[in-house]
Amino acid sequence: MTLQTDAGPPAAGAAPDAGAGPPPRPPATHRPGRTWPARLDIKASPYLYVAPFFVLFGIFGAFPLVYTAWVSLHDWDLIAQDPQFVGLANYQALLRDPDFWNSVVNTLGIFVLATVPQLLLALWLANTLNRTMRARTFFRMSALVPNITSTAAVAIIFNQIFSTDFGLVNWALGFTGLENVNWHSERYLGWVAVSTMVNWRWIGYNALIFLAAMQAVPRDLYESASIDGAGRARQFWSITVPMLKPTLVFCIIVSTIGNLQLFTEPLLFSSGASSIRGGAEREVQTITMYMYENAFAPYYNFGYGSAVAWMLFLLIVLIAIANALVTRRISGEGKR
Amino acid sequence: MRTSSRRGRVLSAAALAAVTALGMAACGGGDDDAGAAAPGGKVKLIVDTFGEFGYEQLAQDYMAANPNITVEIRGKGMTLDKYSPQLTQQLATGKGAGDVVAIEEGIMIEYKANPKNFVDLNQFGAAELKDNFLPWKWEAGLSADKAQVIGLGTDVGGMAMCYRKDLFSKAGLPTARDEVSALWPTWADYISTGQRFAAGNTGAAFVDSGTGIYNTILLQEAGKATGYTYYDTAEKLVVETNPVVKAAFDQTAQVIGAGLSGKYPQWSPEWTTAFKQAKFATIACPAWMTGVIEGNAGPSAKGKWDIARIPGEGGNWGGSHLAVPTQGKHHKEAYALAKFLTSKDGLIAAFKAKGTLPASAQALDDPAVKEYKNAYFSDAPVGAIFGEGAKALKPVYMGPKNQAIRTEVENAITQIDQGKADAAKGWQNAVANAKKAAAK
Repeated sequence: MTLQTDAGPPAAGAAPDAGAGPPPRPPATHRPGRTWPARLDIKASPYLYVAPFFVLFGIFGAFPLVYTAWVSLHDWDLIAQDPQFVGLANYQALLRDPDFWNSVVNTLGIFVLATVPQLLLALWLANTLNRTMRARTFFRMSALVPNITSTAAVAIIFNQIFSTDFGLVNWALGFTGLENVNWHSERYLGWVAVSTMVNWRWIGYNALIFLAAMQAVPRDLYESASIDGAGRARQFWSITVPMLKPTLVFCIIVSTIGNLQLFTEPLLFSSGASSIRGGAEREVQTITMYMYENAFAPYYNFGYGSAVAWMLFLLIVLIAIANALVTRRISGEGKR
Repeated sequence: MRTSSRRGRVLSAAALAAVTALGMAACGGGDDDAGAAAPGGKVKLIVDTFGEFGYEQLAQDYMAANPNITVEIRGKGMTLDKYSPQLTQQLATGKGAGDVVAIEEGIMIEYKANPKNFVDLNQFGAAELKDNFLPWKWEAGLSADKAQVIGLGTDVGGMAMCYRKDLFSKAGLPTARDEVSALWPTWADYISTGQRFAAGNTGAAFVDSGTGIYNTILLQEAGKATGYTYYDTAEKLVVETNPVVKAAFDQTAQVIGAGLSGKYPQWSPEWTTAFKQAKFATIACPAWMTGVIEGNAGPSAKGKWDIARIPGEGGNWGGSHLAVPTQGKHHKEAYALAKFLTSKDGLIAAFKAKGTLPASAQALDDPAVKEYKNAYFSDAPVGAIFGEGAKALKPVYMGPKNQAIRTEVENAITQIDQGKADAAKGWQNAVANAKKAAAK
């Protein structure tokens, strides 16, 4: 392939590509009969057409973002009258706050436990559903059922399943001679329980997206592969997976965002008097929960909570960039 | 060409992802327009409550007597830890709060620091109502400088020990409430009774969890000795040095150490299930807890529960006030409604409906309360049991971050309960985390 030569090595990828810019304009044709409203129409209309999105984004996306940054620079009690400007003091305190770092570790731990098995299992499920079988539509539709179940309902049911004395999991473990496990008071067990909830809910959704992408893979590729003697596994890894890469990137990014912002599942999992802490030792407290704990009950420290929100933003940006770099590298290798 | 366009797509997807994420993280919600005049020139008043206040019938009565007013009661059954952050947000944004709002005693302290959010009820002559309420309850409704009347008292907790007769008899213990009360004049006696109970091998724990016991002892001891808990009256943090806190903590650790706790965290689903399956025999119960027990244990346990006196002396846990937020449009009408709901008759009606113990000495002395028997609790004379202690109570002062600090100490006790710390380590955690919470 000669396509790569002009782009240079991926690491030095800063070199601008001629083709990446806007397409060349068609030559301007000044027809004598054209009046100024028509010219205005040509110039302004495109912007008007896209304006609704940007106006809404400005109100509900950009403004809260900037305002949150502004709040995070203040000592801002939620119901007090006049907040004090404190500069970066909230961020300084946050970086030294072990409870914050605890929530970061929890979030990343649950993120890994929820994202990796979720996408692998979804890929496997999609591949299975892609085969010829009886009642295919039924199976495909039922894969989506967990996803249309309300998160709160899922969390409440799983909370019962993972209950220490009355739970289904401990009851099953009892047959192997294991003592009752307290899923709430051991950090890693808590991570497993919360990730199980997330995985259960999202595997089917991702599987359907993968399935849709799989059906777009040209059949003749598989035919030629089997003529060349490639088995099912070989076809899967050498044809299906590489052809699915754009979809994979999409799914990875969407589940990254979702799992880094995990809130409802761990909150309802650790229900009790102070569930926002995620357990007595903050076993499953995620960053969003820590943000809520500080911005709202019981601290009502809006400035500190906003600082947590911005740290979460930075974390998501970092991980999104890492994701982008990794997936780009994989895609590059896949082509060679 | 293809590589670079894909790179662009990935990066822009990443950027979009990040932006969407923050947008979602930053969004909050506030909605309805409270206090708007209803059609036909009527004034609509919204009352925000949580749990069970027993106001449904009272609202009907009030509307019948005041045809120009409609009353809506919101928040029935809502938990306190959902209700109070919501109210705080409504106060902060200046929109959405009811015309009359209920404020729980633990949250009241935080609102006292910012009294401008509430109407000073003195301007409508609230001062004349002072003698209707228990003196300490009246005090608790005043602003920090005592110049402003923020809230009128609704109910007080009082304190008793609820127990399951069937489990007691299975363990060979007496079941009549006077005999049970005689078992535990002190908390040390309570522990030794618990050990006798445990020897009976009933398959149930003696008490639900450590935190309920802890809160009871703390407020008892504070009422008896210092008159304050985590903060002294000058608002200095004294969690480490106040002997009352340490004493309550150690006593609770002993209860847990004796293996008497069922380790069911209060308000968790496991706690609810443990009620249903009769997995513990006693629970410290303020008056409002009787409604919770009835709801959790269900109708099949009717007549199996009874109420004895609390070990130690008296004590109070919980109770609320009604306040009028400044943001409402009908202050005068809202005050009249709050006055009606907290009048002697209003308090008695709420008590009969949901067991909330009246915050008024006159109401407590009224035969309707004094002679009231709760059928669910084996016809226990709840009005007399709770009322007696409530009248003798002395106020306990609570400082600005009371709620957050209490949460930290309760979690240290839960750690001991779960076997993740011994009493000494638990106390260290409690003190360290309480200091951190106070500094936030």
